[in-house]
Parts: sequence; structure tokens; C-alpha cells
Amino acid sequence: MQPDHRGLLTVVQKEVRRFWSVVGQTVTAPVITALLFLLVFSHVLEGRDSGYPGVAYTQFLVPGLMMMQVLQNAFANTSSSIAQSKIMGNMVFLLMAPLSARDLFVGYIVAALLRSTLVAAVIFVVTWPIVGLPVSHPFALLAILLLAAGSMGSLGIIAGVIANKFDHIAAFQNFLIMPLTFLSGVFYSVHGLPDFWFEASLFNPFFYMIDGFRYGFFGVADVSIWRSLAWSLGFFALSSGIAIAWLASGYRLRA
Amino acid sequence: MTADTVPAIDVRAVTKQFGSLQALKGVDLQVERGEFFGLLGPNGAGKSTLIGIISGLVRASGGSVSVMGHDVSRDFRHARRALGVVPQELVFDPFFKVIDTLRLQAGYYGCGREARPWIDELLERLELTDKRNATMRGLSGGMKRRVLIAQALVHRPPVVVLDEPTAGVDVELRRTLWTFARELHAAGHTIVLTTHYLEEAEDLCSRVAIVDRGAVRVVSTTRDLLARHPFRFLRVTLSGAGLPAHLQSQAEACADDTWELKLDRKTQPIGNVIEELRQAGCRLEDIATREPSLEDVFVELTDKESQPDAA
Repeated sequence: MQPDHRGLLTVVQKEVRRFWSVVGQTVTAPVITALLFLLVFSHVLEGRDSGYPGVAYTQFLVPGLMMMQVLQNAFANTSSSIAQSKIMGNMVFLLMAPLSARDLFVGYIVAALLRSTLVAAVIFVVTWPIVGLPVSHPFALLAILLLAAGSMGSLGIIAGVIANKFDHIAAFQNFLIMPLTFLSGVFYSVHGLPDFWFEASLFNPFFYMIDGFRYGFFGVADVSIWRSLAWSLGFFALSSGIAIAWLASGYRLRA
Repeated sequence: MTADTVPAIDVRAVTKQFGSLQALKGVDLQVERGEFFGLLGPNGAGKSTLIGIISGLVRASGGSVSVMGHDVSRDFRHARRALGVVPQELVFDPFFKVIDTLRLQAGYYGCGREARPWIDELLERLELTDKRNATMRGLSGGMKRRVLIAQALVHRPPVVVLDEPTAGVDVELRRTLWTFARELHAAGHTIVLTTHYLEEAEDLCSRVAIVDRGAVRVVSTTRDLLARHPFRFLRVTLSGAGLPAHLQSQAEACADDTWELKLDRKTQPIGNVIEELRQAGCRLEDIATREPSLEDVFVELTDKESQPDAA
């Protein structure tokens, strides 16, 4: 193996081992959170029209919860790793190593993708006996999953680079990620919203990720899959572009 | 310049600006291959900034730096593979055990399983073998310092930078570290050392650079630097009359009736000074001489009152 490739692989390995060493916090907890949402909302709102023909509300809910955890965990993996490394000072080991900005970016994003996919996969498996989700368009599902995890991993890199303390990461989570997630149609079809909020949802990139993900399962969605893919791709291009540019310039990492 | 004669570290006209502060003012410095080189200077002199630029942690505002002939910006992969840096702060990743820390570090530099025997040897030589499965957060400060040194060496770099590695460590560990540093040097590594313990630089380094206020004041072999110092010291314990007034400006009181006189080597032969003391009615109870240490030279060169700014 080329030394450069081994360096990149080691970054992935380090990041995966980091989240795996606290698997209860990084995988089990988000799965339990998603199951609690499912339990409460399906119990309270069972019988409610999902807005999708032939799709029960509980079934409708699961892809949204899966994508919600993909978004939050991809962000959490990169942001917490970089912020923690900066605050504890061990970022120097990566910055002094013969690793390019591309190596760092790909290493962080692959680990974020693995963690978020693992969480989503466990939710899928655990809810299978209850809801038995169909998979209508696996390639669309995979494409949206990759773009969503990549986008949120990139946003996590941006947050980690900005953060000088954990409060800064919490601010991103509380004032950006969480509102955008809850206003993205995780728990409802946006067609059921008043006109203003429906129109507002169409400017929320998280909506397209969740809607496109649902399309992958059910073959139907609130908007066209191509529109969801285009928005997801655009958001990924923007967030990854900023993240790579900052890693390359050393912004807030190298003096 | 052939590959063999390329300096281990070549710093040319390097400047660094932090806002309105000019931390480095056109530094030129060459460290030859196989040297044990000391980088000395007071706090805030620019040493850490310079090491940061060499290692890639700090971006220079101007000039160029290369390590073993590889430019640290354009050819950063080769430059960084040729360099191992022991950082000043005790930094570590709390998620990993000692052995994992070292294997991951080797991986960043492209080393795989073939590095494992060397990692085991490093653990042995740094007396870390029984700590290989300990978590980093559970180690004492001294043990963490040893792991940092092992981390800097896992990829067998030809150039090793030790940034104040003995700051805050006990005497025993300090001796162990210097023995290890000597062994590394004997094995062909180029060593660059920054330290506040000047007697260590005097013992270990064949050449030193003294950096002050962002500029290199002097680069010289340790021997020449000491020889160039125009003073030597005479320590006297007197009874009878006190120290004559004309000698008091160059004397430092050490204890009751004991003085250390800083004498100009050319104009103040020790015999003449002793004669002056006798003529002034002093009785010499004790007498000793000493040559200047690196610390004396350091103080002389970095004395802000007496030195003009080089920039």
C-alpha cells in the first residue's frame, strides 16, 4: 500500500475507533432515541394519514427518524472529534503528519458516514419486525444517504474548526441542526403544513434529504427525487467546499 | 549542492507576522546533517514559532523552509516524513492506549505492520513496555512525555526536534531523556533542541543559535561562543576592608563578604585585580575562578538594555 493511502486509512481507523470506544454514546443512544420517538409518535398518531397512499404513519415515520439520526450523528462525529482534538491539543499529531487537506477531509467524512449508516442500519433492523419497510429504490436511498452524511460531516468539520469550546458545538446543534431537523418533515408530510411553512420547508436542505430518503423506501415523496438529489448535491458541494478550503488553508487550525 | 550536503534544516529569510506583532524578522538558519543543534532564547523570542513553521503548525508570512531538501510547503509530505517533533505541551488523545497511540502515529506517516518491531523497541528503550496497554489519561506526566518522544520517532525520522522536552520533568527522567537523545544522535539522527536549561545545551549541543525578539542573534559552535565571551569570573571572600569602589560596578554579591567579579579577559588580568584588592586593605579569605557558561553568554546577548534590535 502507498504510504499516502495508508495515512488516509489510518485517519479513518482512528476516527472509527474513537466513536467505537464509546459505542453506547455514539450508536446505542441515538438508536434508543429514535425508538422512543417511534414509540411515542406512533402510539399518539397511529391512524393519522401519512399522506402517502398505502403507507401507514408508523412506516412513514421510520425513514424520517433514520435520516434524522444520520444527519445528527454525521455532524456529531466530525465536530466533536475536531473540537476535542483542538481543545486537548492533540490535533498537532494530525497537523504535523504528512496528510493533505483531502486526506483529512476524506478520513473524517468516511468515519462520519460509517457511524451514521450504522445507526440508521440498526434502526432499520430493529424496526423491521414492527414496520417491515420496503426498499423501492436502493440507489436513490444510497445516493441520498451518502450526500446527507457527507454534507453533515462537512458541516461538522466547519463547526469543529470554528469551535474553541464545546459550547460552540452545542450552539450549532441547538440553534441550527435541531430546528432544521424538526422543520424538515421527519414527523409529517410537508403537504399538510400551512402554505407559509410549506414554502419555508422548500428552502430547508434537510427536507430534501429526508424526502429523498423516503422516496428510496416507498417510491413516492413530497417532491421529485431529482429535486431532492439536486438540493442534497448542492448542499454537499457547498459544505464540503468550505470544509476542504478551510482544512487546506489551515484556518483556525494552523497559526 | 548534492543530496548529501543539503542541510537537515534550511531556514531562509523567514518572517512571521501575527497581527501587528512581527514574531520572526527574516530568520536565516542552517542545521547541518548529524548535528546536535541548540535553539536558545528567552520566552517569546520566536523559537516555538520557528519550530512551528518547520513542522507545519505555523504558516510563514515570508521566506522558505526545507527539511532534508524538501520544502515544507510545496513538498510537505516528504518534509514531514523526514521530521519528528516532540511538542512542548503534554498533549495526548484520551481515547487510546499507549500502543494504539504509537501504531496510529506510525500509520499517519505511512508505516504499517513493518513498524511494529521498532515500536516495541522504542517502548523498551523508553521504559514503557509495562505501560503499553495503559490508557494515555492514566499515565503520569513523565510517562506521557516518554510517549511523546516515542511518537516523534515511530517513523524513524532523520531529523528530530525536541521542543523543551525536559520542562517540568524530574531529575531521573531528565537524565534518561538526555541519554536517549545522545544515543539517537550517535545513531545518525540530526537533533534540534530547545531548552531553558542552558547547561544541557552546553553539554549536548555542538552548535547553538540564540534567538531574541524574532531574530537570530548568533549562530556558533558552543566552544567558539564561550571562547568569544570577553569575560571570566573571579569569586573572592574578603575580610578587613570592603570591596574597593571602582570594582563594585562589576561585582555581584554572593554572600556576606563574598563577591563575584566579572573581569574583562584582556584588560583585567586576575593577578592585577588581586593586587588591587590587597592594596585596598582587603584580606583574601577564599578565592576561585570560573570560565563563562553558556548562560552568561545568553544573558549577555539577550540583555535588552544593552542590545540594539537587530530588525
